[in-house]
Amino acid sequence: MHIDNSQPLEYSTQQNQLNILGFWIFLGAEIMLFATLFTAYFTLEGRTGSGPAPAEIFEITPVLIETLVLLTSSFTIGLGIHAMRLGRKNAMLTFFTITLLLGLCFLGVEIYEFMHYYHIGATYQTSAFTAALLTTLGTHGAHVTLGLFWGTFIILQVKKRGLTPETANKSFIFSLYWHFLDVVWIFIFSFIYLKGMM
Amino acid sequence: MEFLERFAIPHPSPAIYASMVAIALVSIGILAGLTYFKKWGYLWREWLTTVDHKKIGIMYLVSALLMLFRGGADAIMMRAQLSAPDMKLLDAQHYNEIFTTHGVVMIIFMAMPFIFAFMNLIVPLQIGARDVAFPRLNALSFWLFFAGAMLFNISFVIGGSPDAGWTSYFPLAGNDFSESVGTNYYMLAIQISGIGSLMTGINMCTTILKMRAPGMTLMKMPMFTWSAFIANVIIVFAFPVLTVALLMGTTDRLFATNFFTTDNGGMDMLWANFFWIWGHPEVYILILPAFGLYSEIISTFSKRNLYGYSSMVWSMVLISLLSFLVWTHHFFTMGQGALTNSIFSITTMAIAVPTGVKIFNWLFTMWKGKIRFTVPMLYSVAFIPLFTIGGVTGVMLAMSAADYQYHNTMFLVAHFHNTIIPGVVFAMLAGLTFYWPKFFGFILNEKIGKVTFWLLTVGFVLAFFPMYITGLDGQARRMYTYSEATGFGALNMLSFAGAALMAIGFVTIVYNIYYSFKNSSRDIGSDPWDARSLEWATHTPVPEYNFARTPQISSSETFWDSKKNGHELFKGEIEEIHMPNNSGIPFVMGMIFFVAGFSFIFALWVPAVISLIGIFICMAMRSFEKDHGRHISVKEIIETEEKLGGAK
Ligand code: HEM
Ligand SMILES: [Cu+2]
Repeated sequence: MHIDNSQPLEYSTQQNQLNILGFWIFLGAEIMLFATLFTAYFTLEGRTGSGPAPAEIFEITPVLIETLVLLTSSFTIGLGIHAMRLGRKNAMLTFFTITLLLGLCFLGVEIYEFMHYYHIGATYQTSAFTAALLTTLGTHGAHVTLGLFWGTFIILQVKKRGLTPETANKSFIFSLYWHFLDVVWIFIFSFIYLKGMM
Repeated sequence: MEFLERFAIPHPSPAIYASMVAIALVSIGILAGLTYFKKWGYLWREWLTTVDHKKIGIMYLVSALLMLFRGGADAIMMRAQLSAPDMKLLDAQHYNEIFTTHGVVMIIFMAMPFIFAFMNLIVPLQIGARDVAFPRLNALSFWLFFAGAMLFNISFVIGGSPDAGWTSYFPLAGNDFSESVGTNYYMLAIQISGIGSLMTGINMCTTILKMRAPGMTLMKMPMFTWSAFIANVIIVFAFPVLTVALLMGTTDRLFATNFFTTDNGGMDMLWANFFWIWGHPEVYILILPAFGLYSEIISTFSKRNLYGYSSMVWSMVLISLLSFLVWTHHFFTMGQGALTNSIFSITTMAIAVPTGVKIFNWLFTMWKGKIRFTVPMLYSVAFIPLFTIGGVTGVMLAMSAADYQYHNTMFLVAHFHNTIIPGVVFAMLAGLTFYWPKFFGFILNEKIGKVTFWLLTVGFVLAFFPMYITGLDGQARRMYTYSEATGFGALNMLSFAGAALMAIGFVTIVYNIYYSFKNSSRDIGSDPWDARSLEWATHTPVPEYNFARTPQISSSETFWDSKKNGHELFKGEIEEIHMPNNSGIPFVMGMIFFVAGFSFIFALWVPAVISLIGIFICMAMRSFEKDHGRHISVKEIIETEEKLGGAK
């Protein structure tokens, strides 16, 4: 394996560069995936049948907590990657752990939010609007959940194997993923919640 | 017993029971054969766990040919049923199931793996790479495709086939009108293989962007690689739309959501829109690589470089953009209003322009060329006029006002077969014949090949041109019968005769493979066609590492330059080569996906959840695995090279 030391660790081998480009392309596909979900949501948001309308079910508090927590986690993972570039393994692991804990918080609040919807009669089956809402949020939430597992695996690997071209590459790609989920959330926050509450 | 009842077929017939027995016998036969000849180890080591792009390509190829026969059997049954008025071979329900499975099998499980076969076989060789960017992912793509295909193909013996058309429009495809599990098969089988296609898209884009040999700038890529690249970009952007649509269709059917229903706010037209936002780009995913193959073949057998290289590239880029802007033309009659229809009419007709550019480029390539009418070239030459007819009828359909007459008639069926058979299927058969020697070490018999070609071409014209006429006269698509009074009888009989000729044609392909395997010369060198691009510069059969030394690129026809202009392709010393290890995980994951899909189809939640967990365990194992691949030593490489007839 040829290691190019003029590059940051995560870019230092040919395979690493391939992985990063491949992941960017994957994110392109993910953008299409969420764009489709948003299209469905915008098409169906007014089609509430006999169920509630957006303004009737959205609550600002949990949404604000979710937003705050997720935005912060995007910041902390950025710090984690910064620490990784400086070769400070322990600082990096700390920031990654904080990131995942924030992710867990987010997920907890989101689960609370879903239960709330369920209790006030906005279930998956209620209307086209609720189905589109819960599918869009749920797809994002499923990504976060997967990210929690994936991030944990990476933390374990960095801990055991140290910062190698491979683990650095995985960590960097994971950070791309996490930032992407944050960007998607910003769209969800603005165009689903804020728009729906106005 | 009650548990087993769900697996019964809702609408049985003797033919289906006979198929069940046949499937069971063939499966037992295969298992017994593998055991008797002690081939399990071989199968596992060489195929099921392989990550070699060439072997994966061959597995795609074999699957595509098998599916061609499955789809072909459906086709001939339909044509037989329609061959005369008031035929009683199939009833309405069977006809519904058969045109649905025919359409899905042909597009998703025949044409797609066929193009993936060629992308896998050719692209790494054409760009001088050792393999694709992510060999392991590539194997997973194949096994997901395979799992999806198997799932779809067992539907007619377990639980019942889908019957809502390959477009599966809602509300017809909803639980109210499609009660059997058939449409669940549709949703999940296509979902699973679609995830595989998306992964291939990512893999191939990365490979082509990052792994080209030194000197190969983008505008020096061989044309097939260009076409594959653009097709894969389309895959990356189109397949996620299908993923979401299928997900929503699945939840509508399994969890009673209301995306596409007709009450509680559901909107059936949303499905139609999503389906075709994927569906139209999909047909370009199929046709662009076919164009790429024709470009390689036409320039090789005209002994001329491809005319208008850069216009070929730009026309494909333009086609790929336009392909996302035309989807509404599939439902002009469903009430969008005149303005929308007009816009989509114009974007659709606009596609004819870049396509026309390509047609002229091929013609100019042949112009004053030294043409050799080999089998691949025959297919290419027939493609040009036949595809043009398909294109012209396409422009007719694109005129939204006129489409009210053609919509959902046999005219449409004639049109799209007219593009897809001379366009895609002929290209695949031409490519098969052209590249066969590269991967199997012998040439397919040209005489038999020509017989096949004529059977298919004449059969095609006879089978489909009459449908233009009956379609204009009002014969509806997807109708299992018609009355004597319509006067459609004679032309449909002609169609049946054509379809029968095509069926014979397909059988002669198998015979040709068998015959050539027995009789063809194995002494053909590595460049039997006097070809032009890089894939012919290495040995036949191709060693696992493709090129012993990385080739140096001078143009899009580097190999030709090295033959005629003294360009030095291979420079420097042979060095140790790094290769990826085989792995059983992709195969295992494919099988678990199969079980997961099956469980969802029948709403068996316990195995569904267990298999989803299994999939996550596989992913976790992959994450923790330390796999640095292996190295082929210089000594081994030199030995292999000598064995294959001199170092390259
Ligand atoms: C080999 C010769 C073929 C014959 C004789 C044939 C014949 C037919 C017939 C009779 C129909 C149904 C017409 C109707 O009643 O609506 C049909 C539909 C269709 N065929 Fe083929 N076909 C052939 C090859 C192909 C190929 C190669 C493809 C694609 C790669 C293809 C894709 C389709 C599709 C998508 C439909 C529409 C299914 C639907 O209505 O849902 N066919 N074909
Ligand atoms: Cu279209």
